[in-house]
Amino acid sequence: MSSSPLPPPLQQQRHPGYEEERLRRVAEQLPCREVQAGMLLSLMGEPQQYSLPCIFIYGHRASGKSYVVNVLLKELELPHATISCAECITAALLFEQVLLALFGGDAAATLPRYPSLSDFVRIYRHHRSRAPAEQTRYIVLEKAELLRDMDANLLSVLVRLQELVEDNLTVLLLSELVWDTFRPNTGCLEPLPLHFPDYTKAELHQILSRDRHPSYSADLYASYIHILLGIFYAVCRDLRELRHLAALNFTKFCEPVTEGKAKESDTHKLWRNIEPHLKKAMQTVYLREVSSLEWEKMQQVETETGPLRGLSAHTHVELPFYSKFLLIAAYLASYNPARTDKRFFVKHHGKIKKTKFLKKNEKTSNHLLGPKPFPLDRLLAIFYSVVDSRVAPTASIFSQISSLVTLQLLTQVSHVDQLDAPKYKCAVSMDFICAVSRTVNFDIIKYLYDFL
Amino acid sequence: MSKRKAKGASKPIGECISQLQKCLRERLCHNRIPSQLEASEAQHKHLLGLLQRTANNGESNSVLIIGPRGSGKTALLKCVLRDLLQEKEVQKNLLQVHLNGLLQTDDRIALKEITRQLNLENVVGDKVFGSFAENLVFLLEALKKGDRSTTRPVLFVLDEFDLFAHHKNQTLLYNLLDVSQSAQAPVAVVGLTCRLDVLELLEKRVKSRFSHRQIHLLSTLSFTQYLEQVASQLSLPDDFPDREFALDWNSSMRRFCEDKSVEGILQRHFNSSKDFCSLHMLLMLCLSRISTVNPTIKPADILEASRLCFSDAKSNMLHGLSILELCLVIAMKHLNDVYEGEPFNFQMVHNEFKKFLQRKSSSVYNFEQPVVMKAFEHLQQLELIRPVDGSSAKTQREYQLMNLALDSSQIIEALHKYPQCPTDIKQWGMSAFG
Repeated sequence: MSSSPLPPPLQQQRHPGYEEERLRRVAEQLPCREVQAGMLLSLMGEPQQYSLPCIFIYGHRASGKSYVVNVLLKELELPHATISCAECITAALLFEQVLLALFGGDAAATLPRYPSLSDFVRIYRHHRSRAPAEQTRYIVLEKAELLRDMDANLLSVLVRLQELVEDNLTVLLLSELVWDTFRPNTGCLEPLPLHFPDYTKAELHQILSRDRHPSYSADLYASYIHILLGIFYAVCRDLRELRHLAALNFTKFCEPVTEGKAKESDTHKLWRNIEPHLKKAMQTVYLREVSSLEWEKMQQVETETGPLRGLSAHTHVELPFYSKFLLIAAYLASYNPARTDKRFFVKHHGKIKKTKFLKKNEKTSNHLLGPKPFPLDRLLAIFYSVVDSRVAPTASIFSQISSLVTLQLLTQVSHVDQLDAPKYKCAVSMDFICAVSRTVNFDIIKYLYDFL
Repeated sequence: MSKRKAKGASKPIGECISQLQKCLRERLCHNRIPSQLEASEAQHKHLLGLLQRTANNGESNSVLIIGPRGSGKTALLKCVLRDLLQEKEVQKNLLQVHLNGLLQTDDRIALKEITRQLNLENVVGDKVFGSFAENLVFLLEALKKGDRSTTRPVLFVLDEFDLFAHHKNQTLLYNLLDVSQSAQAPVAVVGLTCRLDVLELLEKRVKSRFSHRQIHLLSTLSFTQYLEQVASQLSLPDDFPDREFALDWNSSMRRFCEDKSVEGILQRHFNSSKDFCSLHMLLMLCLSRISTVNPTIKPADILEASRLCFSDAKSNMLHGLSILELCLVIAMKHLNDVYEGEPFNFQMVHNEFKKFLQRKSSSVYNFEQPVVMKAFEHLQQLELIRPVDGSSAKTQREYQLMNLALDSSQIIEALHKYPQCPTDIKQWGMSAFG
């Protein structure tokens, strides 16, 4: 969108009809979004002039879509209704919010109990004729992709609402998705798509450096942000997430300085100190495996320097002895082809031509394609051969199978009411099953066809 | 613009620009009815004649206006209505009911709306009707007792006509068309739709009551006409407050439209779509750049505007992906090439990515599987990959089958534009096989 290297500042000459002072305040609040704000302002035109019926603003998460729009509308004091479609789960709530924001409580109260689109448009027109728009009214819909799941016609109506209510009105749709995924079957009025590009690395650096800690120098914080971006930029460009991570890890970064072990200018030392922490953060906080609170606690304690505790919660499931073997058997049944069972589990399996047996290609690797369903009989047969002791097929074994299903470690593929020969699938990951088999001293890799 | 400032009589430039914006914005954004429609003269005459006969002679009619979106169906109807209402007699007599398939989503709502628009709420009061038909007939009957001894004609306009065909039993359509067939009250039913197969949607009993009069609005615009349209859309009317400014502007717009580069851009737009909506959007983008600093539309403006209009949204989104996500997209592209568009799952993509990393033996992009999974899920949220229909929720996330909703040309374009794209990744993306 930026054709010129220097974005034009928001001046009154370019955007007449707005006070210079307000434009300046807007520009101050919108770092690195001058081009987009200017573009939007010039599309909006002077307050009393008509604008496009619908503008579709799309861009990645945290690229400032809602922020720019809201700052513009608030600072310039234009009549608007900002609605998050995640909050308004029904169309009725949405109508109420729009009428409340644009015409006040009286208008919202006149909505019937289950308002149809027709009611909404009728009431809007009624109030519009009472209070004609002196300035363009704006309806801002955040997370507009959720509109697709609401009433079938809602999106088509909103897009051409200007025409339907005959008002000076502009609908702004904000979304992370592209317009192509919105278009209804028979099409509708096409809105103007406006792209908010992602922040560049330099811009991210600039914005993140803004919220520095008052007791440390700006340079220190800037170098911290530099390190943070160095690690996380390849994975995450979400400004909000980066900001959260920055706030969370800053005390750790400053520790050497506060303890007097290093000076602020000792960037290399500080970097060595923080880097492993940030890498750890990527595997924990970033994945939401631990909450921010837990993470802070972990940082404070930090006595045992052992390997990272198995972070995934799944590795800590405690199971009965036979359940573990049942699960192992289920895993083997899911990932090994049935024809290889003879080779793995029968003592005197006769001659199998090795070349023929080993001939396999990657395409059929079950660890790529996913688990296959297997019948109960096969599961039990494998189970008996992997358990050392003799086990009787008692009710307790069967009930353990169904509790594995309840725990969602197995899934039942066949229909629930099919009682004879039910089919299952193993739904655990490779890491999990390896951990389980280690606890019972069973080398599962030796029994997996894919790893032969 | 020093020449302009020298003339004391004319208004200041800022005010002129403001007036200009107001005038043109109303035309481009608000779809103000044009003074006349050049392209659809015959259709206009046809429809006007039809409605006049209903309004003046009490003849019942039904007609469908069919044309793709943005072909000027509503504009045609509005023009006709404006011309029709110029007659005093008609203005006094004719009642209009405007229904929209998007708003009146079932027949009950539609009937309520009809009652409201005919101002018959008081007449109906608390009456209970046995059937839809009874209600409608009552409404029309009520009109007979108007101020004149004869019945007032009613014009029903059904926008998005095809949606009414989805109502239960098509009761509304059946009754309206039935009234228009029988010699009850004079009624004209005008349907507007973009579906060419709309008649197929009608039930037999409804279809047989329809007059089968159709007005097709298929754009036969040639490029020269299209250019004239552009010029007329941009020119200022004669009643513009500042005559001199208007003349200046109009001549500059004429020059603008004759410019070779502008013509090229417009030709490109013309080839992709002839409808007025997309043209209005392009011109609106140009118009929004007008200010006192930049008082006329220059060829550079339209170039920029058309670049915005034609920019591919998905490539734009690819531009903002992180390196890891981009790597996954490339891996998917390779899988698509190798397996000829078969769906893939996360494990396959990750495997492909790991193969690339092994070749490079660089550990820069060595991420844990959950981190990669999070990137994969982000792609799914962005709907750049879509789960295959019918793959049940029972399968694990890693093995859910996906389809790539991107074209390989989009990926290549994104790779070219990607800021600071590492060379090895670029090469990997460009190579035909991973």
